[in-house]
Amino acid sequence: MLRLELRGEMSRSMIYWSPIYAVILTFIAGMIMFAILGVDPVAAILTFFIEPLNSMDGVAELFVKATPLVLIAIGLSFGFQANVWNIGAEGQLTIGALAGGSVALLFFNVDSPLLMPGMIIAGILGGMAWAAIPAFLKTKYGTNEILTSLMLTYVGLLVLSYLIHGPWKDPEGQNFPESRLFHDAAIIPIILEETRLHFGWIITLFGVAVAWVVMTRHMIGFQIRVIGMAPMAASFAGFKEKHIIWLTLMISGGAAGLAGMIEVSGPIGQIVPVISPGYGFTAIIVAFLGRLHPVGCLFAGLLMALTYLGGDNAQIEMNLPNAVTGVFQGMLLFFLLASDVLVRYRIRFGKATALVAPAAATPPMAIDEEGV
Amino acid sequence: MISKRVFLGALLSAVMVVGASAGQAAEKKIKVGFVYVGPIGDHGWSYQHNVGRLAIARTFGDQVKTTYVESVPEGADAARVITKLARTGHKLIFTTSFGYMNPTLKVAKRFPKVKFEHATGFKRSKNLSTYSARFYEGRHVVGLIAGKMTKSNILGYVASFPIPEVIRGINATIIAARSVNPKVKIKIVWVSSWFDPGKEADAAKALIAQGADIIMQHTDSPAPLQQAQKNKVWAVGQASDMVSFGPKAQLTAIIDNWNAYYIQRTKAVLDGTWKSQDVWGGFKSGMVTMAPYNKAIPADVVAMAEKAKEGIFNGTVHPFAGPIKNQAGKIVVPAGKNADDGMLAGMNFYVEGVDGSIPK
Repeated sequence: MLRLELRGEMSRSMIYWSPIYAVILTFIAGMIMFAILGVDPVAAILTFFIEPLNSMDGVAELFVKATPLVLIAIGLSFGFQANVWNIGAEGQLTIGALAGGSVALLFFNVDSPLLMPGMIIAGILGGMAWAAIPAFLKTKYGTNEILTSLMLTYVGLLVLSYLIHGPWKDPEGQNFPESRLFHDAAIIPIILEETRLHFGWIITLFGVAVAWVVMTRHMIGFQIRVIGMAPMAASFAGFKEKHIIWLTLMISGGAAGLAGMIEVSGPIGQIVPVISPGYGFTAIIVAFLGRLHPVGCLFAGLLMALTYLGGDNAQIEMNLPNAVTGVFQGMLLFFLLASDVLVRYRIRFGKATALVAPAAATPPMAIDEEGV
Repeated sequence: MISKRVFLGALLSAVMVVGASAGQAAEKKIKVGFVYVGPIGDHGWSYQHNVGRLAIARTFGDQVKTTYVESVPEGADAARVITKLARTGHKLIFTTSFGYMNPTLKVAKRFPKVKFEHATGFKRSKNLSTYSARFYEGRHVVGLIAGKMTKSNILGYVASFPIPEVIRGINATIIAARSVNPKVKIKIVWVSSWFDPGKEADAAKALIAQGADIIMQHTDSPAPLQQAQKNKVWAVGQASDMVSFGPKAQLTAIIDNWNAYYIQRTKAVLDGTWKSQDVWGGFKSGMVTMAPYNKAIPADVVAMAEKAKEGIFNGTVHPFAGPIKNQAGKIVVPAGKNADDGMLAGMNFYVEGVDGSIPK
């Protein structure tokens, strides 16, 4: 009989292995799915995960797609480690895009070297401002930030809708709800000729490095983790929980705002009704897939981006439906959660032995073989 | 557990195989690509474009290979997908939503040898055409029928976004309806989406609760029609003949028929005669047609609808014939004149008879 046994302590190696198991299981389940659909499973997996990357353009597109996902995910992981649940990155992204875009539209046709930095700062501040509302409500009135940040996403989208249907509508746009196209100085520079790869990717990599230092080598990172794991210990140590709530929401809001600004100033080049196809929500998956670690988020963001590119490719090359992309993302998350069981439990064969873990108040779970 | 080396080796050889096969594929037939904003299963807008794609496949057989990518968001992703199609040897690419306008223009510049066709936009270039249909002609016919069929004198309209095309549809409907029944009012619910069956159904329910007995829609799913069927009121199908979703409720449907246009443009590329152009077709070109009328509609109403359709076909009837007043009662189209295409294309005002204001 196969059963799960509680580990004495969390397995450090499994924390890193479980995402890899999840990816492998997703591949296997994906191949079974393709076989059932009557498609050659090996060819389908190759089309989905390998072929998008066989050209310079493909790799560039991967980075373009991963940029907002990684940026937002790194920001969110600060909060998630401290048990601050910012679910409203999508709204912060939108307001950041509007704030950054407002600088571009306000100084239309102004070619100043200060324009781009101004847009970046405005984007970050915009995202922070939107995240400040849940931070204020939580620290002042104890409001649940999951609800407030999520609800504010819809408010943010309405603000976007108001602006492009009203004051920001392109005067030459035949009344269609779009802003005018940004002028060249307000467009993020391309860093690889003949592709869409832009400077935002460099900003993202820089963000990964900074986040890694702060998270692992700085007192702030330590405080965040202690508050998340042992709030009581943190308060005995004199860490101020309210400061950390503000700090983590500012980091995640600022990162999302920056991501939004990069989208409108980079691949889109104007303010449109749909700025993000849900990056703020997908980034939550990316953050957990990346183990709330900056480098992990980088890889997880790339993998998630690849599923979108693969989805395009599977449609073009194999006539598979777009739903395949969603199925892959869902399986990835599902298998990750399933594999995470192994962080706290180990698989044992045979009958239960005496309690191994001193803290094992819950009896080891017995499950049948199909369950693994 | 596969060892790392074996796994990497497999990956590498896979990359080479894929690369080689892509290189070998010699171009003997042309490839035509489509980009859809919704799923092909929306049974509305994207579904009808896909019907057009299948018509190409049927007509040209082995000469043409068609490809589509569905549910492509109108933001940064559009340019990637269009580029991918251009890169993979598609010679003619149809991008079928307004939000693809600037991405299509950008990609068209990078691939001067590929022909692009953008639906419902207004930016063109040497290798980028635009095309759209005069759906408002269908709205006129529907408006006449609705004006006669309503008992409560309240029409319910499930609308997507306040863009000129949607405003035009609302105006065409109310002008026609009030021409046969001056008491008619129209109630509008905006769902801020082209395809969201849940929201569309909720909007229809709200409208029915407010007394609307005819549900119309400018969104892509059959959900409003299904609600009408359930609540025993009338409805009008959108983009495709949705009669199977509401056999009792559907009065008729305004059908987008892209088949002829798609076949013609594909043929032009095959013959080498393709030129950039702007097409705005209606009943006359066959781009807009009406689904069979519900048997419950009295014969005289059907006759009236058919007469109007014929009139539009011949050019004797215009859905926006003056005098047309705006909400403030000011005449915007004088008597004896018709609204010109410029006014129709950029329409951003409600005509007299519509309550409320256009949402911002």
